[in-house]
Amino acid sequence: MRLLSDIGRFLLMLKGMFKRPEKTSMYWKELMHQCVEIGIGSLGIVAIISVFIGAVSTIQTAYQLVSPLVPLTTIAQIVRDTVILEFAPTLVCIVLAGVAGSRIASELGNMRVSEQIDALEIMGINTKTYLILPKITAAMLMIPLLVIIAMALGIWGGRLAGTAAGIISPNIFDKGLAADFLPYNVFFALVKGYVFSFIISSVPAYFGYYVRGGALEIGRASTKAVVVSCVLILFADYILSALLL
Amino acid sequence: MIEVKNIQKKFGDKVVIEEVSAQMKPGQCNLIIGASGSGKTVLMKCMVGLLTPDDGEIYYQGENFFSMNQEQRTNIRKEIGMLFQGSALFDSLTVEQNIMFPLDMFTSDSPTQKLKRVNEVLERVNLKDMNRKFPAELSGGMKKRVALARAVVLNPKYLFCDEPNSGLDPQTSLVIDKLIKELTVEFNITTVVNTHDMNSVMETGDYILYMYQGKKEWEGTRKDIIFSKNQLLNDFIFASEFLKDAKDMRMLEETGKMPNVRNMDDMTRP
Repeated sequence: MRLLSDIGRFLLMLKGMFKRPEKTSMYWKELMHQCVEIGIGSLGIVAIISVFIGAVSTIQTAYQLVSPLVPLTTIAQIVRDTVILEFAPTLVCIVLAGVAGSRIASELGNMRVSEQIDALEIMGINTKTYLILPKITAAMLMIPLLVIIAMALGIWGGRLAGTAAGIISPNIFDKGLAADFLPYNVFFALVKGYVFSFIISSVPAYFGYYVRGGALEIGRASTKAVVVSCVLILFADYILSALLL
Repeated sequence: MIEVKNIQKKFGDKVVIEEVSAQMKPGQCNLIIGASGSGKTVLMKCMVGLLTPDDGEIYYQGENFFSMNQEQRTNIRKEIGMLFQGSALFDSLTVEQNIMFPLDMFTSDSPTQKLKRVNEVLERVNLKDMNRKFPAELSGGMKKRVALARAVVLNPKYLFCDEPNSGLDPQTSLVIDKLIKELTVEFNITTVVNTHDMNSVMETGDYILYMYQGKKEWEGTRKDIIFSKNQLLNDFIFASEFLKDAKDMRMLEETGKMPNVRNMDDMTRP
């Protein structure tokens, strides 16, 4: 019953976002602000995670491919495909659910508890449109870009680790990258990026916007938002893989 | 003018407001007083549309707020300023940006005009040169004054203040009360104040609505309070022996049986 009520309220929240803005320039400013917060603010952690994931997957793939019959270029192919298909979109988005998601939930929760949302309502501003829509739009603009950056950095990290550990030379790695490359995989990763970015922004926005109580509840809402987002990302990952691959 | 007619509000089975009616006139400080949990804040939230009453109507200039469409409600809200109990300033914005926010959102004034207006209201609340400070750098009283400046920056017709003195020392409370009163008279605003601060009641209450357990128990002016025989009201307002004595003295003053000491010049005071 509670789940149904939450889903209903979530859908109403989404519906409530699509109202005419009071002043477009203010909404544009807020969108840009959110793009910086979500995009630039998460760039560092995304870069670190991507490079290390690429590096680790190169070393672990090489460790498992012991047969002399398997060419070394296979390592690069496996790294490329795992980074593009899974690590860049899914793992990065799970991390972003923690970074950006908890920030969105706690920001909105704090605004709710300290009556800042009420103050905006009193001014005659549609708070769902002003506070939630720019966050979701910014996430959907920036997170797919972060996924692309993660793909590039992941593969680069793999190449770097392979060379540094003496597992594979840069030339062979590059050759493996170009072999049997399917552009559809990038498209698939971007579809996942868009779906996950919607989850990462809308679910925490819901938990933050409807928080009741004080500081303790903001913390709880933030944790719940991250947990629910992560579960939904994994569920959506499975559904998308089953449907699109 | 704001007219409240037979407002009723329940949370679950609990009746929080029961059949409350009142008329709040422009240029006056209309006070809603009562103990904590008596329904003051809920009534105010119903009046500004943050909560929807289960029954009853709220009229702004004769127009029923709850039968208005979204656009009409938004237009009314643009004429409302509200001072929240916790100030509700935007943490990430400076004092100047906080006050400028309604101007940015609802006017097409040039940046210079907006800044001029911000400085005007800041000066009006005695916070000149505080533009660059963040809310976290201000004291409670300063925050309230910034919030008041933000509430009046668009020259509202209606000003709602939810416990403007909570958490403030008596002197700062007086400054806030004085400001609210002055702005109300100066701009002919219909001001509604939720309070349980007795200083506010006696200093600013042009119209007072006393609520007890969700019901309207008494209404009148601050002069009427002195002569009121309502036991619940007297127990609430003049709770201490000191206040009871003050009431008796004020009664004697009002009836002319004792000279008004507040009108004497300082030299003649004991």
